[in-house]
Amino acid sequence: MSDLLYSEVEEDLRASVRDLLTDRAGFTSVLARTESAEPYDLKLWRTLAADLGLAGLAVPEEMGGQGASYREVAVVLEELGRSVAPVPFLGSAVLATAALLAAGDTELLPRLAGGELIGALAVPLTTAPDAGFPDGVSANTEGALSGSVRTVADASVADVLIVPAVGPDGPGLYAVEKAGATVTEVVSLDLTRRLADVSFDNASSRLLTGPSGAEPALRQALLVGAGLLASEQVGVAQWCLDETVAYLKQRYQFGRPVGSFQALKHRLADLYLEIVSARATARYAADTLATGDSDVPVAVAVAQSTCSAVALHTAEESVQLHGGIGMTWEHPAHLYLKRAKSSELALGTPGRHRAALAGLVNLPPA
Amino acid sequence: MSTLTADDLRARVGELLAAHPPASTDRLEFLRARFDAGLAWVHYPAGLGGLDAPRELQNVVEAELAKAGAPDNNPRRIGIGLGMAAPTILRFGTEEQKQRYLRPLWTGEEVWCQLFSEPGAGSDLAALGTRAVRDGDEWVVNGQKVWTSVAHIARFAILVTRTNPDVPKHQGMTYFICDMTDPGVEVRPLRQLTGEAEFNEVFLSGVRIPDANRLGAVGEGWKVAQTTLMNERVAIGGNAIPREGGLIGMVSQTWRDRPELRTPELHDRLLKLWVQAEAARLAGTRLRQQLAVGAPGPEGSAMKLAFANLQQALTGLEIELSGEDGLRYDDWTLRRPEKVDMLGRGPGYRYLRAKGNSIEGGTSEVLRNIISERVLGLPSEPRVDKDVAWKDLPR
Ligand SMILES: Cc1cc2nc3c(=O)[nH]c(=O)nc-3n(C[C@H](O)[C@H](O)[C@H](O)COP(=O)(O)OP(=O)(O)OC[C@H]3O[C@@H](n4cnc5c(N)ncnc54)[C@H](O)[C@@H]3O)c2cc1C
Repeated sequence: MSDLLYSEVEEDLRASVRDLLTDRAGFTSVLARTESAEPYDLKLWRTLAADLGLAGLAVPEEMGGQGASYREVAVVLEELGRSVAPVPFLGSAVLATAALLAAGDTELLPRLAGGELIGALAVPLTTAPDAGFPDGVSANTEGALSGSVRTVADASVADVLIVPAVGPDGPGLYAVEKAGATVTEVVSLDLTRRLADVSFDNASSRLLTGPSGAEPALRQALLVGAGLLASEQVGVAQWCLDETVAYLKQRYQFGRPVGSFQALKHRLADLYLEIVSARATARYAADTLATGDSDVPVAVAVAQSTCSAVALHTAEESVQLHGGIGMTWEHPAHLYLKRAKSSELALGTPGRHRAALAGLVNLPPA
Repeated sequence: MSTLTADDLRARVGELLAAHPPASTDRLEFLRARFDAGLAWVHYPAGLGGLDAPRELQNVVEAELAKAGAPDNNPRRIGIGLGMAAPTILRFGTEEQKQRYLRPLWTGEEVWCQLFSEPGAGSDLAALGTRAVRDGDEWVVNGQKVWTSVAHIARFAILVTRTNPDVPKHQGMTYFICDMTDPGVEVRPLRQLTGEAEFNEVFLSGVRIPDANRLGAVGEGWKVAQTTLMNERVAIGGNAIPREGGLIGMVSQTWRDRPELRTPELHDRLLKLWVQAEAARLAGTRLRQQLAVGAPGPEGSAMKLAFANLQQALTGLEIELSGEDGLRYDDWTLRRPEKVDMLGRGPGYRYLRAKGNSIEGGTSEVLRNIISERVLGLPSEPRVDKDVAWKDLPR
């Protein structure tokens, strides 16, 4: 059976990431940044990606990475979920990196893994692993790309885009430099994970993998993304629960801490139970991804349909249980609510993952 | 109550329209004439915008006027005045107060806000600490209110204060009408998670309120506030709407218009919510029929609770149904709206704003307590604050 606990190494990693984020991604600065001209904290990103080497955690050493595994990446994501730090980790270190790994690229991978370049996978963030190959972008015989993709995560700060496109011979994964694409940032519901629309007009590109490899590579990248996003969702949920518990202990109404009302205690206990389950499913997904276990698709479907819902429920409860203060801009709860609701849609909704599961475990629809 | 029938009211509307053709009459002039004709809120007393008619007949008036293209009084913009201030003034106000305030309240010439909640007193409203101290014919008020919707456009406020800190909290409160233009009233925007600053913080420093602006007896503020709160819940949950009125209609239309977004799971959830919306609509109709024959009861709390649940489930579903667009937002710019515009903005706004539906006007948790205690008769939790003077309460 897979190891669903955290290793000592993972706990150390968590501690150092948390320290850094506590220091550099406190709520007030994260909030202030959402409305500034630089919504991403690229200095923090460089520290995480290059100095701590986290962008290439799961990339083998011979390809410029740290040679760890997706289990460690998952731990980093938990911490990034806890702080909703505005860094392009999911887009670059997870989605684009996984696509390059799966495509067997050796040119860009070391540069992404070393934090030298930021990448983004040019699919709508809502794309589920089983969505099929997108056809919004086409490639001509010279490999020039034309077409557009909406709502791409982290594209506005990406130096290179990994683009699924249909060429004369069929599907391919292509790399396009930032200069070759028109990237238009959109107004995102999630203030700390930005989205952009991307379009290509005869953009020159480099083919990463052609018809035989493109579809599996894209699917693998999306599976990795969905499976690891579950850990970020666990981090979001855990923060929301911790903060809410702390608030309800200190908030007095009716002459006593509101946390002493049984109606609230039971709800918090239920959230705790949900998070216990969510964490187990997220750990399992990370572990199967790390070991290349054949159960990956089931593990990802279970983790996504669980963790999306749990993160959202906990974030919604957090706003509710904070009362009026939870409805304000000054209180952090809303950033987590926005992240949780957006993540619910990201890389397949819970319903979508349950539908995928129906096929995987032979429970056909009525 | 008078014995007016639907036909009598149609005749009266006809007279109003003949004397003041909407097409050629100034909006305000029309609204004032409507008020004076007793067609503003027909169940109110004659002379105060009504005709002592059964409440249900209001629908007849609204339908006739809508048919004729008459202007309305923008009820959403003046919701607090209509839903909370007016019934309280009607019940506890002096004759002069009723004459002075109800007409411009109804026409929307004067907007009202509600200065109840404080940083330390939300669900436990009776714990509030804003002090009012008598000084001859006036009261001097000091304190801070919070979450005050539309205070930035309000001319008047209903205000609850503490006048005696030495008695248990429910006994030492007094209720006033506060002129928001008075010196010492300061309104500061408070931004919400939607990006808007729809509510405010209100600082009251040495505000002098004439005793003539008191509603109800000194020390009886809690009783007066109860009337306001009961009516608030009804106002939030009990509007007459057609089938598929409001959000459910909007989401249903998206479903019809965009087959590419459909999945079996979403279909099932949408149908459940459709049924829930229809059930809530019918329950609201029942509630209004009950109101027509009596006073607002605790059922208002149930409606408000049901409304909040439904709005939140629907707006959450709408975002999922929006696919990629669900990840987007329309506009984060700080604005100071005059009313909540649920249907005029995007799904993201609706989703976020609906989170307030279970907090504003009494949280869903507190409403559940009210239902379990007042409707079901369950014993309340042990109270530590019952016989303690307000000033000695733990906080
Ligand atoms: C959008 C919006 C508009 C508003 N507009 C106005 C306005 O115009 N005027 C005005 O005066 N106020 C207004 N309010 C304030 C609103 O009435 C209060 O926020 C509300 O009563 C809750 O109080 P609180 O925020 O202090 O939460 P708290 O009372 O601190 O509650 C925190 C949490 O504890 C729960 N809780 C508290 N007591 C109990 C209990 N006994 N049992 C179980 N759970 C409990 C609550 O339900 C909540 O989830 C508005 C609020 C919002 C969000």
